[in-house]
Amino acid sequence: MTSASSQQEVTISSGEFLTFILGGEEYGVDILAVRGIQGWDGVTRIPDTPDYMLGVINLRGAIVPIVDMRIKFNLKRAEFDSTTVVIVVRAELGGEDHILGLVVDAVSEVYKIDQGTIQSNPEFNADQANDMVKGLITIEEKMVIILDVDMLIEDWAPDGLAQEDVAA
Amino acid sequence: MSGDLDLTEIFEVFFEESAEGLEVMESGLLGLDFGAADLDTINDIFRAAHSIKGGAGTFGFMEISGFTHGVETILDQMRDGTRNVSEDAVQLLLESVDCIGAMIQSLKAGEPDDPARREPLEKRIVQLLAGNDESAGAQSGSTGQDTGESDNSGSQHWAITYTPAKEILQEGHDPVDVFKELEKLGSLEVVPSFVDLPEFELFDPEELFLSWNLRLGTDLERKAIEAAFEWVSDQCELTIELEDDASLPEGAGESEGQKQQPPAASAGGAAPAKPEVPRKGSTSEASIRVGINKVDSLLNLVGELVITQSMLKRFGKDYNPELLDELRDGLNQLERHTRELQESAMQIRMLPIKSSFSRFPRLVRDISNTLGKNINLVMSGEHTEVDKTVLEKLSDPLVHLVRNSLDHGIEKPDVRIANGKSDTGTLHLSAAHEGGNVVIQVEDDGAGLNRERILQKAIEKNLISAGENLSDDRIDNLIFHPGFSTAEVVSDVSGRGVGMDVVRRNILDLGGSIRVNSRPGKGTSLKISLPLTLAILDGQLVRVGSEIYVISLLSIIETVQLSASDIKTISGEGEVYLMRNRYIPVVRTAEVFGVEQWAANDADLLVIVEAENERFGILVNELLEQQQIVIKSIEKNYKKVDGLTGATILGNGRVALILDVPGLLQNLMSAKPAVTKESRNEPVAA
Repeated sequence: MTSASSQQEVTISSGEFLTFILGGEEYGVDILAVRGIQGWDGVTRIPDTPDYMLGVINLRGAIVPIVDMRIKFNLKRAEFDSTTVVIVVRAELGGEDHILGLVVDAVSEVYKIDQGTIQSNPEFNADQANDMVKGLITIEEKMVIILDVDMLIEDWAPDGLAQEDVAA
Repeated sequence: MSGDLDLTEIFEVFFEESAEGLEVMESGLLGLDFGAADLDTINDIFRAAHSIKGGAGTFGFMEISGFTHGVETILDQMRDGTRNVSEDAVQLLLESVDCIGAMIQSLKAGEPDDPARREPLEKRIVQLLAGNDESAGAQSGSTGQDTGESDNSGSQHWAITYTPAKEILQEGHDPVDVFKELEKLGSLEVVPSFVDLPEFELFDPEELFLSWNLRLGTDLERKAIEAAFEWVSDQCELTIELEDDASLPEGAGESEGQKQQPPAASAGGAAPAKPEVPRKGSTSEASIRVGINKVDSLLNLVGELVITQSMLKRFGKDYNPELLDELRDGLNQLERHTRELQESAMQIRMLPIKSSFSRFPRLVRDISNTLGKNINLVMSGEHTEVDKTVLEKLSDPLVHLVRNSLDHGIEKPDVRIANGKSDTGTLHLSAAHEGGNVVIQVEDDGAGLNRERILQKAIEKNLISAGENLSDDRIDNLIFHPGFSTAEVVSDVSGRGVGMDVVRRNILDLGGSIRVNSRPGKGTSLKISLPLTLAILDGQLVRVGSEIYVISLLSIIETVQLSASDIKTISGEGEVYLMRNRYIPVVRTAEVFGVEQWAANDADLLVIVEAENERFGILVNELLEQQQIVIKSIEKNYKKVDGLTGATILGNGRVALILDVPGLLQNLMSAKPAVTKESRNEPVAA
């Protein structure tokens, strides 16, 4: 706990977090943002999109984009196998809810976390992946990286070209 | 929390109803004949104003209810016949309608009230009313006082504060009964006060937390008023005072004197705190009013569907080959009902285009006044139904076209007479269904497009080279080019250079097209053609490599079988196909969209599509079936993707992408080699 006091507190409301494995690390997302978990079943590719955008799937009638978290976090690309899962989450962008699927190696646990145990992310460098990390916690002597799902889709905002005013 | 939400919903209803009310007022006012006004119309306008005032008062939007009160008073006098329907008065009322609209808008956006907006109008309303009062010989000349009430039946006013006991409802009394009683005595204004309203947690629905400030104009004595409260007199706090004009309470922090609202509303202490209005647009849920017949037909169909379903369920239980025919019938029935249900559900989204057209009488009137032109607006086909989304997105482009016609199209009266036309120009707005499309036309009998000036301008702006020989049609269509505006003087009305190209882009985004047709000296007509709905299209499924794409059937002209040698390369940049002596560009979908496992073979097909009168070919491996496609948005969960209109879900549950034919054309035509990043830079290996 002594190390915690030396680091800045971050405001993450306490609650339950779903954790998943990605390249040997354990990551967590707020369980309230999780909409479901399903197996990998292929996607329809979308042209002209970043590498991490695998494509879209049909999720109960909605077109849902699928993000490969390994590529998003600059990890080595993995073969998808039977344990590969898609965590469907809800993220907010500009006041609108977006549903998206995150492809991860495997789902791990659900932990209950108190606010006091969360430490802010040490600023290693101004890496993009760093923005998506909300904080770190230690659970059963393992480090879990808590993600901010809203930051995952930050670059999906419509291009700067605002709608032109027709009446002008 | 939930209490706030409920209130927000009610506010939404108020905003919506007010918008409708304002529309009624505006169209009513525009239809009034000066001098000999139609009483029914005035009544309609009055009722609309009255419900806006009432609604605003109920929710504590005192600025609006106060302002609307003045408007209502004028209308009331017109209704009684004590005021003439003069042009000035109508103009003032129209401006007031705009002002109320603006006030509601800023309320909706959560902006603070801007008194400067309404004060000049309030002053004019007071002046107008005062003018009438003087002629009627009422009141002294002090215009600062609340003189607008003299139209009311009473000669004196009673100020009543009525605070019922909380338990009053439990005992079966309803304060409304009291108000009804009082209303019989004279003119009554009721302003509720919310000051005692508790936190939501403490709120008991069986208790009454409201109190009221009443203002009653009557000749009757105090006793008559007290009689109205007889049943509740022991269960309330009641003060009844004869109002003395000299002691009228002034609005506390607001601008003095010129208020045209009930004193209760302006009395600082009694005025209820303005309720929190929903912030920003995110909370506003779009809603739609649906005719009950549409809902009924939907319900009927669902009923049919349930019957069909139970019939089919039987086959699942005990399958018997002899029942095969019945099963087939059942499935046919299911298909029919599903389609009908789909159509019926689509019907709910369809609204008459009237709601979009209804703003034009006003717009035309205002603009023709500004421009000093005589214009007669003719509208037809207002009942044509269009998808709500289409309708909303169509509004701005239409306004732009109408403005253009008024500003550039129709000439000034003297010019018209010199050209042997009647001095009044005609603008014809029409809508009609044509096949699977809605066609909207904006037609004027003005000067027509000035082709010489368009050419000159286009050469000036380097859109075309000087020597080029263009058909009239091509010249006319130059007006849709970005940055093109021929107006010599940038006027208030139109001509700021971002015009027709934006209109065109908006129409294209809706999957429609726009054509201009002009005859010099005779007039210009702009024809917009739009799909009936954005939600469904007739699609052709095509296979490209391992992927399946959808192309809208409407844009497909034909499909040709080709061999690799039919496609010619132009200096390694692009490819063309010779179709009946015309070279058309070819889009290699597989490369544009980076499809893997693509192999060109002799069975390849070229789907010839058309957008904006330009044709090009899309290279595919195979044509699959044609079917109705439900368009799903990719944007909703991801973002807009170039070259795609959206996606759909196929029978097997997989997602297929829908090609955006006009968008692909744009990419082909645009100067930058933007179709794809990679494939353009290296020679194409066929």
